[in-house]
Amino acid sequence: MPKLIPVADEQSKPFWDAANERRLLVHKCTACNTLQFPPQPTCRDCGSAKLEWTQASGRGHILTYFVVHDGRFGRRMADQPYNVAVIALDEDPRVNFYANLPGVPPHQVPVGAAVKVIFEEVEGGQLVPDWQVVR
Amino acid sequence: MTTRETGWRRDRLGLRVWPHRGKVAIVGWGMSPVDRRWDGVSMDKTLGAYGILAIQRCLEDAGVKAEDVDGLLVCPETGAGATGGSSADWGPTRPYFAPPYDSEWGLSRLNAKWLTQNTPGLKNVKYAPEQVPAIGEEMGMAAEAVATGRCKVALLIYGMNNFEGRYRQGGQNEDDHARGDRQWSAPWSTADWLQLSGAVYVQQYCQKYGGTWEELLGPIVVNQHRNGLLKQPSDYEGWGYYAKNGPSGLTYEEYVNARPVIWPSRIWDCDRPCHSVGAFLFTTAERARDMRQKPVYVMNHNEGSARAQRSSQQVLEDAEEGRAWVAKMVYEGSGWRPQDVDIFNPYDGYSMFLPLSLEAFQWHGVKKGEAKDLVKGDISVKGPHPFSSGGGNLGNGRTRTAMYIDSIQQLRGTAGPRQVRVKAETAICAYAPGVAASYICLANSPS
Repeated sequence: MPKLIPVADEQSKPFWDAANERRLLVHKCTACNTLQFPPQPTCRDCGSAKLEWTQASGRGHILTYFVVHDGRFGRRMADQPYNVAVIALDEDPRVNFYANLPGVPPHQVPVGAAVKVIFEEVEGGQLVPDWQVVR
Repeated sequence: MTTRETGWRRDRLGLRVWPHRGKVAIVGWGMSPVDRRWDGVSMDKTLGAYGILAIQRCLEDAGVKAEDVDGLLVCPETGAGATGGSSADWGPTRPYFAPPYDSEWGLSRLNAKWLTQNTPGLKNVKYAPEQVPAIGEEMGMAAEAVATGRCKVALLIYGMNNFEGRYRQGGQNEDDHARGDRQWSAPWSTADWLQLSGAVYVQQYCQKYGGTWEELLGPIVVNQHRNGLLKQPSDYEGWGYYAKNGPSGLTYEEYVNARPVIWPSRIWDCDRPCHSVGAFLFTTAERARDMRQKPVYVMNHNEGSARAQRSSQQVLEDAEEGRAWVAKMVYEGSGWRPQDVDIFNPYDGYSMFLPLSLEAFQWHGVKKGEAKDLVKGDISVKGPHPFSSGGGNLGNGRTRTAMYIDSIQQLRGTAGPRQVRVKAETAICAYAPGVAASYICLANSPS
């Protein structure tokens, strides 16, 4: 599926650069060790601005999902219907990611299943994380 | 005034009971017909024409002359653009007409300047802020304007508009790139859409508390449509799209079998964008005593939004915590407890908002995970739990006024076939998308 192409900015550049090396980063608060994603200026738990990128395990579980039948993105209209799952990161389930779960037919998402991160190339060569069910 | 006034907002815990509780009243309302969209040629159906009509009906309802109005609050945005804002903000330009229809103002958008220039008698307006929020917060702004003496008789105007082919299309949704905050969602074809959040947390709700999506939301959607049709001739052509235009009588089976949009949400889980204008008249409790209608007193208002999203996607715990914060603030500001609330008209731009709002406010004692049990019983206006008696946006189209009109009518005792059989002395109503706190508390007594 032709994913939309992320445009990195100053804050997000380390994340997208790491994705191109097939590594998944999340923000870590060095004051209280909380993980968070997407990046924010301060920690949601303690308010500290002492945040740094750290590599995540790339392992998670499927929280739930929905199926886009009538969405809004022009670039993805031809792909409908498609899955969008919410993935909870194993080391902190409060951190979640989106996934299209390539290879999983629409409506056949195994909720609760273990997943691992993979990386898909989008137009222009950028790698974007997605997730794959661990069989 | 060109900058947005914000000092009036009640957007955090700890503000205690609203100091002007019971000192402001809503004394009139008026509603234009509700059309699907403007046809582009009927000059008596423009948003401007409908705005004038809504004002005249509102003033007639209140028994107030236009000359007596000294405050005018008009929200200029219709929310129907590519990602909000106005649908007039993008798309092909078009030929305009002779004044006053020589721009989008009056055709698809409203502001205080256009309305004061074109509404007969509206010539003594002294307070007309330019930056007026959507109706949920606009209600609080109007109440506060009267309470603090910025004006004595305030008209609140809220219009909705819907151009074919523009609603949520175009703009950055047509961009192949995901920029700014959207880089964290759009690559996977999602974004900060409340419909998506609702699809997520209601599915989690069913996973956690049991039952199915259809069992939880089907009875609610059917009830909304049923209530939306319960109108009377004096209701200004029905103040609802379905009451005026049909189709009517949505059944549970039709709901279940309707086409999916963001599955499991169906088309009937979404409100239908419409073209309409609503008007409400606020004044002091003292003045209200001598007016035509029984006053409906403002007991509290709140604004702002919970900081409810911890990660990429708002999940059930976020949605529950956010709404609990909102409910706590609303009860603190009104001095009410859940058992004090007779009429409850929460916002339903998507049906998924309703069960969680019901549980957060603990209306009729419903706690976390119990909305599914309440909707199995009788939630009609004839029963003991007349939930969302106005039918909301789902039952009336996206006017965003139904929750307020119904609450006013229920407290006046003039809801006709929709009048609840239980006590109707207090009401909480809202246009509060997601975890927004824009609720207003109303009562038929100031104490």
